Amino acid sequence: MNWVNAVIQGMLLGGQYALIACGLSLMFGVMRIVNIAHGDLAVCGAYLGLVLSSALGVPVWVTLPLLLPAAFLAGMALQVLLFGRALRHGVLAPVLVTFGLSVMIENLLQVAATSDPRGLNGGALALASFHIGSGITVSWLFLTAFLTACTVLSCLQLLLSRTSWGRKVRATADDVDTARLVGIRVRPVFATVAGIAVATAALAGVFIGTIGTFDPLAGTNTLIFAFEAVVIGGIGSLWGTLVGGVALGVTQVVVGEINQAYAVLAVNLLFLAVLTVRPGGLFTSRQAVRELQGLGAPG
Amino acid sequence: MRHPDVPLLEIADLDVFYGDFQALFGVSMSVTQGCATALVGANGAGKTTLLRTIAGAQAPVSGSVRYDGLDITAAPPHRRISRGIALVPEGRKLFPSLTVEENIQVGAAAVASDSWSLERIYGAFPMIAGRRRQRASTLSGGEQQAVAIARALAAAPSLLLLDEISLGLAPRVVEELYETLSGLRSAGATLVIVEQDLRRAMDACDNLVCLLEGRVALAAPVASVSAGEVVAAYFGEGTP
Repeated sequence: MNWVNAVIQGMLLGGQYALIACGLSLMFGVMRIVNIAHGDLAVCGAYLGLVLSSALGVPVWVTLPLLLPAAFLAGMALQVLLFGRALRHGVLAPVLVTFGLSVMIENLLQVAATSDPRGLNGGALALASFHIGSGITVSWLFLTAFLTACTVLSCLQLLLSRTSWGRKVRATADDVDTARLVGIRVRPVFATVAGIAVATAALAGVFIGTIGTFDPLAGTNTLIFAFEAVVIGGIGSLWGTLVGGVALGVTQVVVGEINQAYAVLAVNLLFLAVLTVRPGGLFTSRQAVRELQGLGAPG
Repeated sequence: MRHPDVPLLEIADLDVFYGDFQALFGVSMSVTQGCATALVGANGAGKTTLLRTIAGAQAPVSGSVRYDGLDITAAPPHRRISRGIALVPEGRKLFPSLTVEENIQVGAAAVASDSWSLERIYGAFPMIAGRRRQRASTLSGGEQQAVAIARALAAAPSLLLLDEISLGLAPRVVEELYETLSGLRSAGATLVIVEQDLRRAMDACDNLVCLLEGRVALAAPVASVSAGEVVAAYFGEGTP
């Protein structure tokens, strides 16, 4: 029963990884930006939740209607003021800019909020759980995080595949120069994508802060897991990101069941193994690669 | 109100650079409403650069582009498309992960007009009508070229710029595409066509502009020039 429990807990944990990773995947897929500050932006979301929920005296969930739009706007502003400008100076500039942003966020948070670990007020949901059979206890909070991740990914998938906004995003991701040429206004597309990425990061940050604790430096660790989930799943595939997150979570909890000391090591070894065997990730098919190359050749 | 004497497109003294390399030197040309202009010249003569500059993908260092009486030299591509200029780029440049229909819909993104509805487009290009749900990257070269033209038409252009649409295609497919173009012309569209095949270009167009190393070597109505004159301008031989 321990193993079944470990797999279930691992899957639920994986949902959190996928939630934090989907924004990273989206920004890389569309803008080709590896956002090194993504984890720190999630931590900023947690701090914003802390400020709002203690100011209003309510559980952090109640503040989401304020917090998520604020994060969306912050993401748009970052894209317009910072990332967009960096993109004009080659592929390396955005990496340096987001790295600098990461360092700045971590230090500003330390100055503003000290290094003390904090937790968020999750209300009654945070402590509630239910039992499946004997020996398996599922936390409502973990289950909510997992279901939220699935919902966010489904909504993103629908937006991308069914709306005219999604069409523009995918066209821009395919070929930004041609997108401009056929009349797509690329800047608003990029700004909304960055807004969504930061909003999902902030949402993930709220779950991280409610489930565990966070401090100003928590973003770096968060980033590594998110990054591994994206790469394992295959860049640009949202469902792949979910599978990648679940693979990480299950590995971590199952190995942790054997020996807690090796749990995170096992996660990184899994990442290394996928990177060696399938560098494109599990869900980037050869077909997709061929299709991308096929358009270049005449005939 | 469009004045009949004012050309639809008027280009004056364009200098265009790629970094330090100058691609166009003082290029001027004008295109009359309803006419088809063939833009010919050897590889590297600046034909694609000229089309991209008209479409707004390339900014000139000096000179001006006037369209329908307005100076659009500094306008971004989406403004030009909403005013009626659409480009079919060299090499088709379809969006590989989008379906045929999505590629066409993206072309209509910047415009409000739906005078080229999907149904009308599929009517003009029967070869892609049955492939709407297929990814653009799975089509044959000719079908991809048809989608590229359809994507430009979705913007309901009054000026259509076509860059090397016959490149790498079977003669029969090229024939079919040019038949569609002549249909567009009789519907009142103004065309600028870059074409390697001189004979085809001269058959399909009223006017001819020949570029030589970034300069206009010859600009005349097709009816008033001989093939020999065009070839001379093309290779820069014995220019007076």
